[in-house]
Amino acid sequence: MKKAFVLTYAALLAATPVAAETIAVVGGKVHTLSSQGVIENGTVLIVDGKIAAVGADVPVPNGARTIDAQGQWVTPGIFNPYTYLGAAEGPSGTNSDHSGADNAPFSAAFDVQYAINPYATAIAVTRIEGVTRAAVHPSSSQSIFEGYGALIHLGNANDITFKPRAFASVNLGERGALRVGGTRGDAWVALFAAFEEAQGAGKGSDHDNYLNRLDKEALPSIIEGKTPLFARVERASDILNVIKLKAKYKRLNLVVLGASEGWLVADELAKSGIPVIVDSFANLPQNFETIASTQENAARLEKAGVRVAFAPLSAVGGATGNARLVLQYAGNAVAHGMSWEKALEAITLVPAQIYGVDKQLGSLEAGKTADVVVWNGDPLELSSAPTHVMIAGDEIPLTSRQTELRDRYQELNDSKPFAYRH
Amino acid sequence: MKFQKLFKAALMASLVGACAQQLNAESAAPVSTAAPSAKPFPSTYKPLPSQTTLIRGATVLDGKGGQIDNGSVLIEDGKVVAVGQNIDAPAGAVIIDAQGKWVTPGIIDVHSHLGVYPSPSVSPHADGNEATAPVTADVWAEHSVWPHDPGFGRALAGGVTSLQILPGSANLVGGRAVTLKNVPSRTVQGMKFPDAPYGMKMACGENPKRVYASRGPSTRMGNFAGYRAAWIKAADYKKKWDDYAAGGKDAKAPTRDLELETLAGVLSGDIIVHMHCYRGDEMAQVLDMAKEFGYKVGTFHHAVESYKIADLLREEDVCSAMWADWWGFKMESYDGIRENIPFVHKAGACAIVHSDSDIGIQRLNQEAAKALADARQASVEISKADAWTWLSYNPAKSLGIADKTGSLEAGKMADVVVWSGDPFSIYTLAEKVYVDGALLYDRANPKLKPVSDFELGQPGRGDAK
Repeated sequence: MKKAFVLTYAALLAATPVAAETIAVVGGKVHTLSSQGVIENGTVLIVDGKIAAVGADVPVPNGARTIDAQGQWVTPGIFNPYTYLGAAEGPSGTNSDHSGADNAPFSAAFDVQYAINPYATAIAVTRIEGVTRAAVHPSSSQSIFEGYGALIHLGNANDITFKPRAFASVNLGERGALRVGGTRGDAWVALFAAFEEAQGAGKGSDHDNYLNRLDKEALPSIIEGKTPLFARVERASDILNVIKLKAKYKRLNLVVLGASEGWLVADELAKSGIPVIVDSFANLPQNFETIASTQENAARLEKAGVRVAFAPLSAVGGATGNARLVLQYAGNAVAHGMSWEKALEAITLVPAQIYGVDKQLGSLEAGKTADVVVWNGDPLELSSAPTHVMIAGDEIPLTSRQTELRDRYQELNDSKPFAYRH
Repeated sequence: MKFQKLFKAALMASLVGACAQQLNAESAAPVSTAAPSAKPFPSTYKPLPSQTTLIRGATVLDGKGGQIDNGSVLIEDGKVVAVGQNIDAPAGAVIIDAQGKWVTPGIIDVHSHLGVYPSPSVSPHADGNEATAPVTADVWAEHSVWPHDPGFGRALAGGVTSLQILPGSANLVGGRAVTLKNVPSRTVQGMKFPDAPYGMKMACGENPKRVYASRGPSTRMGNFAGYRAAWIKAADYKKKWDDYAAGGKDAKAPTRDLELETLAGVLSGDIIVHMHCYRGDEMAQVLDMAKEFGYKVGTFHHAVESYKIADLLREEDVCSAMWADWWGFKMESYDGIRENIPFVHKAGACAIVHSDSDIGIQRLNQEAAKALADARQASVEISKADAWTWLSYNPAKSLGIADKTGSLEAGKMADVVVWSGDPFSIYTLAEKVYVDGALLYDRANPKLKPVSDFELGQPGRGDAK
């Protein structure tokens, strides 16, 4: 025992990632989200941070650490496709929100990767609930273009960004229109102007200067389809306009974000192949672009063949402190008609596909990155919790400052001042 | 209530006096001789038509910690008549076979801004905060309530049968709250919970000092000075009215002041204080202030740090209305933990689940479920039956209506929900919701799903709302 401890400590000192550990998760109900389907009593073998094998009869190598998953469920790590995790600490008035600003000098050129702090409080709070990956979005800007977002893992590292400049976003609903000082009629003209300018950029032609140089230079990779573009729209007519955009700029790689009224144009969305990220709780006419909101949105989109992912878009703190609630959003969609399988995909595989990282993430398959979670029950059920969370093969401790506060205040008595309880 | 009678008498006296003066002075302006009401804006709520109903074969939670397996609930004349295992159906009763289903008292949300910040949430509808002065005890939330808010129907579909509508938390004292039955109505008076006491909203912490930073208060100490100044004036006003009541026939009635009237109502114990307050240390200071002026804090709302002072809250008999897991959006919510509700409950203090959200109100059963799961993870075992007290009985107590509703007991209002399964599961939905025995929501019957005026003719009409 002592020898093993010394070796581990030495390993830490040498900065060898603990992910070098071989782990076998044995005996659980494995939801692979692949052609292997659900494996009752399955094994997931993790070697060097990757999934080496998944199956019912996987031999466990000598020296592997075994996690007993008998009676438990095993899934890929949960992927929240819309957060400000790491970029926005959260509390208002603290100057700690660097996810975007209304009066910032850049819009399309904004790059969230510089804002990400791996030690932001919400990271640990979120990962102990089984969320292993997140897309960090720009939250606002002074124009319709909001800038570049990044993909992070929620593991232990000084740098958690695994794909900077992973995507870009544009707001083409009410808010975007307000930002350009006008209406949708102005916002869309602004979009066309910006794209035209960007395509003329660097060709030395005499173009209008609608955008500053840096914002202009941020657009070509979007127009060429190298960078996915997330269009924030809710209203059915706005969604149709986004679909039509693809006819004009054929290489655009579009994703719709919001789509409260998506079900009204579900067939058009399905035909376009454009995936959507929706808030499955949204069912109130909160403004004049969300009149037809319904909790059956996700189920209707699924039925029409649209790829759906979930995020707590309208929850207080839904993009930071309560990004962890994405599982409840998936469960809620099932309660309102979506299939359980697609609801789980909506927070694992579909986000990986949307962000173009499905070769590495989103399902439990040999060769993929070992984001693996073991649950004490149905992960979408409110009574369940993770018992083990592995991020790239590294098992994270199920602690956060919230669990420390919990432990400190378990017993309310005068035995010892609370400050000494740690 | 003594207060109301006093100033009714005073009003009558003053009007009679005015009348006499007018006649003598041969003034042109006519004077009304109608008697003023001691209970202005009275409730006109009447239970909707109901039938004798026997719900049987369900798992019944009575709301006070009791669970009856294979249980039945008999509703007659709008009241719960019997709860038990073998109840015979009276002749002509509607029988609901609820095998595999659960039955609970209706959920009561003590913190809602439905109607005062209704959907659509556009600026012409922003009526929840009279943010023009730090103390606006004179305003009454019910005068802002739009009964056609689509949110009411959504809350009903989530099993909410009664709710308290409060002013927001911009102000030190926001004004009167109102308790409503969650029934469709053309007027707010048609929703007012009969004979429910009034509440008064207060707020501590970051909101008031941020809203009024330029003119004050701009600090927490400024907040406290603001409350205490208001209480001093209220105590003085109350004394004037008490003296008037004790005085002889020639005693002159004090001038009625809407603001001081509400504050004095708290001092006399007629009006319940509901205070938005996050930090434990601040709640402790508020409790001392309440002692300074001789009133009781009824419930702290949001109370994100109640777990830190749950023993104090139990001693002072104050309820905490909390979220399952919201935290971090303000410094005062930074220390929020998922075990807040169970730790308060474990300490023997009154724990309530609230929403403060038109989306959250639709799934308060899920909030309770999350809290229950987090309790178990922290090795605090709480039964589902006990957890339902957070949703019905404790909120009823907080609103002063626990003698009328909040639990399934013979003689109480039949505010009842039949759930499709265990209401602590994410997959469960409310199937039938009864208010005073009337079936007001039936998931299987499109005609028995309320559609507010606003939603008529809109895209999605005819949708499952």
